Amino acid sequence: MNRRESLKAIGLTAIGTGILLEACKPGKEVKEAVVNKESAAQPGRQDFEVERDKALKEAKFFNEHEMTTIAILADIIIPKDEKSGSATDAKVPDFIEFIVKDMPKHQTPMRGGLKWLDIQSYNRFQQPFSKASSAQQLSLIDEIAYPQKAKPNMAQGVAFFNLMRDLTASGFFTSEIGVKDIGYAGNQPNKWEGVPKDVLKQYGMEDMV
Amino acid sequence: MNEFQIKKSDLEYDAIIVGSGAGGGMAAYVLAHAGQKVLMLEAGAHFDPRTDAQQLKWPWESPRRGASTTRPFGDFDAAYGGWELEGEPYTQKNGSEFAWFRSRMLGGRTNHWGRISLRMGPDDFQPKDGLTDSWPITYDELKPFYDKVDRLIGVYGTAEGIESEPDGIFLPPPKPRLHELFIKKGAKKAGVTVIPGRGSVLTEALPGNNQRGACFFCGQCGRSCKVYADFSSSSCLVNPAIETGNLTVITNAMVREVLTDKSGLATGVSYVNTKDLQEYQVNGKMVILGASAGESARLLLNSRSPAHPDGIANSSGVVGKYLHDSTGASLSGFLPQLMDRKRYNEDGVGSVHIYSPWWLDNKKLDFPRGYHIEYGGGLHMPGYGIGSNIQNINGLVPGKDGKMKEAGGYGASLKDDYRRFFGTNVGMAGRGTAIARESNYCEIDPTVVDKFGIPVLRFNYKWDPDEVKQAKHMQETFKEIMHGMGAIITSELPGADTSYGLEAPGKIIHETGTVRMGNDPKKSALNKWCQAHDCKNLFVVDAGPFVQQGDKNATWTILALAMRTAEFILSQKKKTNLS
Repeated sequence: MNRRESLKAIGLTAIGTGILLEACKPGKEVKEAVVNKESAAQPGRQDFEVERDKALKEAKFFNEHEMTTIAILADIIIPKDEKSGSATDAKVPDFIEFIVKDMPKHQTPMRGGLKWLDIQSYNRFQQPFSKASSAQQLSLIDEIAYPQKAKPNMAQGVAFFNLMRDLTASGFFTSEIGVKDIGYAGNQPNKWEGVPKDVLKQYGMEDMV
Repeated sequence: MNEFQIKKSDLEYDAIIVGSGAGGGMAAYVLAHAGQKVLMLEAGAHFDPRTDAQQLKWPWESPRRGASTTRPFGDFDAAYGGWELEGEPYTQKNGSEFAWFRSRMLGGRTNHWGRISLRMGPDDFQPKDGLTDSWPITYDELKPFYDKVDRLIGVYGTAEGIESEPDGIFLPPPKPRLHELFIKKGAKKAGVTVIPGRGSVLTEALPGNNQRGACFFCGQCGRSCKVYADFSSSSCLVNPAIETGNLTVITNAMVREVLTDKSGLATGVSYVNTKDLQEYQVNGKMVILGASAGESARLLLNSRSPAHPDGIANSSGVVGKYLHDSTGASLSGFLPQLMDRKRYNEDGVGSVHIYSPWWLDNKKLDFPRGYHIEYGGGLHMPGYGIGSNIQNINGLVPGKDGKMKEAGGYGASLKDDYRRFFGTNVGMAGRGTAIARESNYCEIDPTVVDKFGIPVLRFNYKWDPDEVKQAKHMQETFKEIMHGMGAIITSELPGADTSYGLEAPGKIIHETGTVRMGNDPKKSALNKWCQAHDCKNLFVVDAGPFVQQGDKNATWTILALAMRTAEFILSQKKKTNLS
């Protein structure tokens, strides 16, 4: 079976490469895949995985106040810019709600960290973090966002913000918006012919191939 | 179903094969194509890459974005199973930390493996340093079978003429990616050989095969391939064997023991259906174990009878001993030269594009044998963990404005850092020879059973100082290559306190040696045909028979050995030496 027949076999009929590649870009095809998402038996998933995912999605961990704060933090970490939308545009808070249920090790650091942030905010501004002004919020974040210059008494906040930053990055750059933003160009049928010529030239690697 | 009942069948198969991975699959393929009526029992679920692979899914199609919460190698990976299975424990002795990976699916571990397909060399079979026992066969005896496996399944690579890394019959290898060119440069400076990879992926259509597709370069072999462009046992061996009409496969069938008659010959096996817990007995003229090195040893040791008081094939007492996994250690970093690199699709194949075969002379080193190096990096599909710990790296290099910036941060400038670092990662991992030692073994735990009531394995395994020295050498080499290519190392440099990052035994999933072959029935369980010395109609076709593994990944040798054993069985049948 040659490559063209291969693609036919997985339903990516090779009418033309353009259409073929188009079909695999972010945003296409996905709808089809989502159709029987909740049905009991999913191809290539074990029963316990399907049941576990269902249970996790039905459970709720963060309360409304916590979710509000997570959304504010996520957009501070990854705001909208000229290239793409913000963390909340990419539904990062929903991802964080899921992932702490999937990985319980994150629950206490997240819940406790949010509380730590509220207490710091309350002591300074007599408001929980989400109610503080944007300038007030950033002044507090500045104290925990730079591990090497943060004061020792802010170390717990630094640890929390490192985790929040990591979860936000994971949630954003694995979303449709984020994958497009970061420019990942794969996950589609192609023929790998080696490093493009202009790239070889850019790095002085022409003699290496 | 309150009453306990064992369902017995009157049917007698020519052969019963336990396990559907590389070894079981190959034995089934050869026997079924020769007209033998074969029954295959697989402990796990049915799996066909064509319908079940998670190939070409995007990260957002997984609620955990591909994280490894329920699957050890991530949510899209093909493996059903892992180092820990619910209700199927194993235990440790003397502070051992052996990690036992078990696949529970048709095709076994061949669904998710790295497809790295290396032959062992002449010295691996007949070592010249006298440190380990020789195999009862030579490379030259196995070579025709390696050749046939190459033709049947397909492997890419290049003829290099390296004696310890024998060439095969190769399809063209994939070209190196950008970071791999940097690795080649760095390795050259460090005096380390780098050659094109060798992997069982059809970079071109396999001559004479219309069932399998050619690779379309998504780099996702670990998810298993819907067009069968890589090797997995189900797509390449089991399914074609079923198509002959001679192979019956029963999944969710966990085998308890090998049954024998008064004379000690195998008559079949008993198994439990893992879904409804019903008990069964099936009959066969011979039994072939391909359940994995650990599971086959467990089965043999659990098959006790008056004729085989210490377990079948174990009059030598050797079953379970000489357990050895490959050594493994790794280091990672990033290439600052690649920041802000141009985006293009470099997924390539899901196996290695380049690797370093062992390149040194042991006479000048303080440890025996050697290791090969596998490399990673590049513009990968984003997944859970992308951009993690950026506060440890974004203060190490100047920003776009040429100025150093404070590590960590947030906002637009942080968002841009994630983009800048994308595709700059580079990593290397060593896979080395661990010596097969009698003192490293698995045995039956005298008190513990699994949820099916089957006695479980207990492991006793200690790395030797030689293996720690090997890991130290790996780290020093990795560091030199990293420096040679201008990379910044981001992982902690492991020291003596962590045995230089030497992974726990079992973590590399190359465990072998538990049912070793040999010419002396007092010192080995199997003869040179992988036939039990004590029971002529019992064979083992997984990595159990290995006397001593080289630094080469085990699969290609399992396939060649299993094919050789299956052909031996057919030749014996003709001579009526086996009923």
